[in-house]
Amino acid sequence: MNATGSAAVGAAGVAVVGMSNGHVSSNGHASAPPTTLAKALNMGLRASMENDPKVLVMGEDVGKLGGVFRVTDGLQKDFGEHRVLDTPLAESGIIGAAVGLAMRGYRPVTEIQFDGFVFPGFDQIISQLAKMTFRTQGRVKMPVVVRIPYGGGIGAVEHHAEAPESFFCHIAGLRVVTCSNAADAYFMIQEAISCDDPVVFFEPKRRYWEKAPLDVGAVVGSTFSSAIRRTGTDVTVVSYGPSMPVLQAAADAAAAEGRSLELIDLRTLSPLDLDPVLESVRKTGRLVVVSEAPRESSITGDIAARVMEEAFYSLAAPVLRVAGMDTPYPPSKLEEYYLPDLDKVLDAVDRVLAY
Amino acid sequence: MVNQQWIDSLTTARGVKERGATGAGAAPTPTMAPSPSQVIAGLKATSGGENLIQVLNPEGEFTPHPDYPLDVSAEDFPALLKGLYRDMVLVRRFDREGNALQRQGQLSIWVPLLGQEAAQIGAGRALEPQDMAFPSYREHGVAWCKGIDPTELLPIFRGTEHCGWDPVATNFAGYCIVIGNQVINATGYAMGQRLDGAVGPSETSHRPSEATIAFFGDGATSQGDVHEAMVFAAAYDAPVVFYCQNNQWAISEPVERQSRIPLFNRAAGYGFPGVRVDGNDVLACLAVTRWAMDECRSGNGPVMIEAFTYRMDAHTTSDDPTRYRQADEAQAWKLLDPIERVRVHLARNGLADAAFFDQIEAEADELAVRFRAFCIGLTTPAPDRMFSHVYSEPHHQLDTQQAEFRSYLDGFEDETAVHA
Repeated sequence: MNATGSAAVGAAGVAVVGMSNGHVSSNGHASAPPTTLAKALNMGLRASMENDPKVLVMGEDVGKLGGVFRVTDGLQKDFGEHRVLDTPLAESGIIGAAVGLAMRGYRPVTEIQFDGFVFPGFDQIISQLAKMTFRTQGRVKMPVVVRIPYGGGIGAVEHHAEAPESFFCHIAGLRVVTCSNAADAYFMIQEAISCDDPVVFFEPKRRYWEKAPLDVGAVVGSTFSSAIRRTGTDVTVVSYGPSMPVLQAAADAAAAEGRSLELIDLRTLSPLDLDPVLESVRKTGRLVVVSEAPRESSITGDIAARVMEEAFYSLAAPVLRVAGMDTPYPPSKLEEYYLPDLDKVLDAVDRVLAY
Repeated sequence: MVNQQWIDSLTTARGVKERGATGAGAAPTPTMAPSPSQVIAGLKATSGGENLIQVLNPEGEFTPHPDYPLDVSAEDFPALLKGLYRDMVLVRRFDREGNALQRQGQLSIWVPLLGQEAAQIGAGRALEPQDMAFPSYREHGVAWCKGIDPTELLPIFRGTEHCGWDPVATNFAGYCIVIGNQVINATGYAMGQRLDGAVGPSETSHRPSEATIAFFGDGATSQGDVHEAMVFAAAYDAPVVFYCQNNQWAISEPVERQSRIPLFNRAAGYGFPGVRVDGNDVLACLAVTRWAMDECRSGNGPVMIEAFTYRMDAHTTSDDPTRYRQADEAQAWKLLDPIERVRVHLARNGLADAAFFDQIEAEADELAVRFRAFCIGLTTPAPDRMFSHVYSEPHHQLDTQQAEFRSYLDGFEDETAVHA
């Protein structure tokens, strides 16, 4: 599916090197069976539904079809139509009904079919879902998950390849997280469902079918934290979701040239967990931030600002960003130019080292 | 000249009794196409048309409706009507006090309900404690019926809180400022009631059946959320009553800007009953809403009610209706006042004496005094309130920001100086 990233997934994709903020960052047990990210999400949803009868799955085509990406495959068959709801085609209705169901004590997991389709539901997310707890002084909690497949690289038509995460990170009351591999997918979706706050859960759609070891018995702490994926000494490279395999490939290529990259997977986009990033920058002095989202007013800009504020004297070079263009997402034949790839990341690495 | 036959055909699209027999029902076909001005003329009438459910007319004459019984004995009827009268007088009194407090600078804004007392008290008194209500921002009368003390409405309008009551304890959701948002939230809640098995007779549970009611205005019917709410409610048989107070105006826009047909007829398009009730007749609103809630509680929801009423005051205290509507329109509606017809009926039939009316007036004045005193005494919360309850679970980023702000404030010798 993707020219730059696929080779890096697998064994290297979840190379695990330790802790961040006291949490185990991921698991990579050698005997853990390889599992696709989509299947891991399915298993995580299933585990949550088994653990808590108040967990509902709702969205367009999530029932009998199992979702257009098959993430909810088999759930309606096993849990029934009262727990897995095929909804009318109305995103505001899906989110708005989930808000009401949450008020009633349910924990709805909503699916927005594609990133570009979330906007009809944007009003309910911003105006009700995000603000309800604050408005009611904590009397009404909103344990709602909004699952959104996001990102490009699949040769899709318009509205099917966007990276809208920054919109949601700007909104108080929401938590925004994203997974980059199967193991995280399994644990993160369960943590999102058990969270009493609304969580916008971004799923890297071009990584749905990539396999990684998944040990469902692993003991993990909070997965809503940055994870160090590879230790290094020369440049810190930070990203999340679909770009993580790109970073792994870049780190492999850089290593061949004698350059040591430290890779950090943010996993949580709001709130950001920047302590591991700051710690890394204090060591390397150089930072590259990578994201598919347009560069303007984005997460990458926020990270650059925060690092400048808190680690100014550790920086040996300006923070560089590798991001999507400030254009509408292009027709798919052009998307390889639009998306961050191996060469763009290595180019940025060269530039921070040459500064 | 209005084509009355065509107007009538619209208002008789399908009565509630046709339910089941005719399914969703088809929209009536006009026999002769009316001009837009004819449609406007028909809808602008102060009369709600022939299908209007009314039991207490503006002259105070009571005629029970066979399809919407009040379920009250002759013996208990006076107490019922006197109670409704008291509700309406008290609600109107604190509503007027809200306007005055805004004019005196004690509230940043007030949203008057003047003229809609019957529509709200009738619906509100039809609710059982277990029923859930989702208001817009004008439902002070429904709040009253749900046991919200009027003073609990004040923090929103004084700017000290976004919601002054506990939505869970009262089964009355917070006011919803975004037009129409609450209607789909209500539908979701009602879907939950059905999932819980709280609808219809239960062999395993002794808890009473429940339903939900969503309040919205004529303007909101144009919102996608209201459409989506009706689609969802129909798809899942949700026990929700869509209670539209058609007060004829959405700020400056008349109802004909929202719809060519009477609003209650829209229900037919979704496949559930729609009823138009005289929104200035508290007994009719009570009877019809009771029927609708019972339908929902027993599993026959959803139902739409259009309460045909009039916004006698401005949209809010920030609005100036003289810019867009004629004074004689309001004068015409004054003759249909929701409280006056009850007073006439009580007095003319000897159901209440002067002492009763005096006592209610005195009670209203006491409430107004308490309302005013509470308002003036409402204090600004500490700035830390900004940071509380944004999230239910710990949030290090916000905690850090709060600590920084606290430290910044502590740098001032007189802390009150920065947020006075």
